[in-house]
Amino acid sequence: MSREIRLLSTSAILGYGFPEASLQAGLDRRPDVIGVDGGSVDPGPHYLGSGKPFCSPIAIRRDLRLMLNAAVRAGIPMVIGTCGGAGAAPHLDLVAGMAREIAREDGLHFKMALIEAEQDKASLKRRVAAGRVKPLVRQPVLADATIDASTRVVAMMGPEPFVSALDNGAQVVLAGRASDPASWVAAATRAGLPPAPAWYAGKMLECGATPSIPKGHDCLFVTVRDDHVECEPTNPARRCTPLSIANHSLHENSSPIHHIEPGGMLDTSDCRFEAVSDRAVRISGMRWVKAERYTVKLEGVALAGYRSVCVCGTRDPLLIGRLDDFISSVRGEVASKAAAFGASPDSYQLGIRVYGRDGVMAAREPLRDAVPHELGFVLEVVSQVSQEMASAVLGMARTNMLHTDFPGRLCREGNMAFPFSPSDIEVGPVYRFSVYHVAELDDPVEPFPIHYEAL
Amino acid sequence: MALLKDVAKVCKSKNAGPFELTVDVVFEDAETFQRVKATGVLCAALFARLYNVPEEHVLFTPYDAAFAFKATFPRLVPAGDFGDTDVYGCQQHAPLLDVEIPETTR
Repeated sequence: MSREIRLLSTSAILGYGFPEASLQAGLDRRPDVIGVDGGSVDPGPHYLGSGKPFCSPIAIRRDLRLMLNAAVRAGIPMVIGTCGGAGAAPHLDLVAGMAREIAREDGLHFKMALIEAEQDKASLKRRVAAGRVKPLVRQPVLADATIDASTRVVAMMGPEPFVSALDNGAQVVLAGRASDPASWVAAATRAGLPPAPAWYAGKMLECGATPSIPKGHDCLFVTVRDDHVECEPTNPARRCTPLSIANHSLHENSSPIHHIEPGGMLDTSDCRFEAVSDRAVRISGMRWVKAERYTVKLEGVALAGYRSVCVCGTRDPLLIGRLDDFISSVRGEVASKAAAFGASPDSYQLGIRVYGRDGVMAAREPLRDAVPHELGFVLEVVSQVSQEMASAVLGMARTNMLHTDFPGRLCREGNMAFPFSPSDIEVGPVYRFSVYHVAELDDPVEPFPIHYEAL
Repeated sequence: MALLKDVAKVCKSKNAGPFELTVDVVFEDAETFQRVKATGVLCAALFARLYNVPEEHVLFTPYDAAFAFKATFPRLVPAGDFGDTDVYGCQQHAPLLDVEIPETTR
């Protein structure tokens, strides 16, 4: 019999939830490893900047409890990458703390590894000075000033730190920022399987049952063998089809055939997708091309200001008919009144988003000139000074959306519908991506310290 | 003449990292995919026109094995920056739905 490893992913992200019956159906198939991806860069820069989790702690704890109990009872490893959404120190701390609490409450005992991914600024500057940091997608060369201005920077680990933790006997591995497939690749390569099917399997597992139909957050069971991968959702209500797998193979990557990963490139040009049942698909023909230099991605964010927002709408065709003029009047009023209380025009940005016109596609909206019967607005102010100043300018924008006059106006009261009281919401600090680079490494484990503890 | 939304099985957009948007179109079978491919309608120039980006910034890749096309190009603003309207980039596919796919002689 050829080598194989059986991998069970519970969901797309820890905290997205999954049916308990799906977990049990997966366990019935005797997986060698259970795991889940813990996060993504996709929800934007906020989570890395604020240190807050992307999913709620309540939802994370529910998923984690079921998975820890399952892994310990079955005596198999459990692996989670990009803990807490963004995988920096506070995110890893949050999930590690939960694991300790659950172990104590449920009487579970295991060796746990925590793999850090947050990078200190001095070591980043040393990498830059050594010429080993390169920009991605039209980003500028990484300057020391950018590193200093960044709130947090993480590096995205490959499989090697997971391999190290598992080799050292950890049953539960919680990691900071990691390439989504990395934990799965570690499990498969430790079982002696080649990197090509290992990486392909990881790309399927990182999203749970997303490569199945109907799409939903649920469990996926993947068997990796020497020359192919088989995917099947554990929930009988879902199935993988060649189309659903092919569709997922395109997910979040700039090329459908060349997937750049730490240490190499997964080439899926010649993949074959075959149904092995009406619910399972076999994928073969993937290739792994080892890179000349080992690289990991760096992600960093910097504080951009403080945001306040307000939602309102109009059902007035007279206003809708002269919206551009109206908005420019409002902007003029806000500029002068805000300047009067000390908010200089270059210290804040005022956004007036128009839903029903181009709120979703902005300048790329081809139907911007269609005339709607109602419009929704999101007013936002990002102040570089303070939350208080953002709210002060926003209050002025809200008042002027309500009261600013225009020719032909018949509604002589306030002329804007607000769904909430209070109307204004303080969103808090706002971050933007400041670092999106790759760092060359001699040792794929070196930037990712591993700590062990016995629970 | 048919519209893309009547011929394709998948038409979607998503971030490919915080600075790029990627749009995928997937067909049910090799025959449909090859027929659409032969029209030449889906190409870098189409995405450049629909999304108002220079053609040289569009990475357009047909993926024969999956009966799919993928186009990747810069976002209007980076994900989460001031003025971003779609942090996940997952509602930018609509202009493709009504692209006309001419009949081809076989």
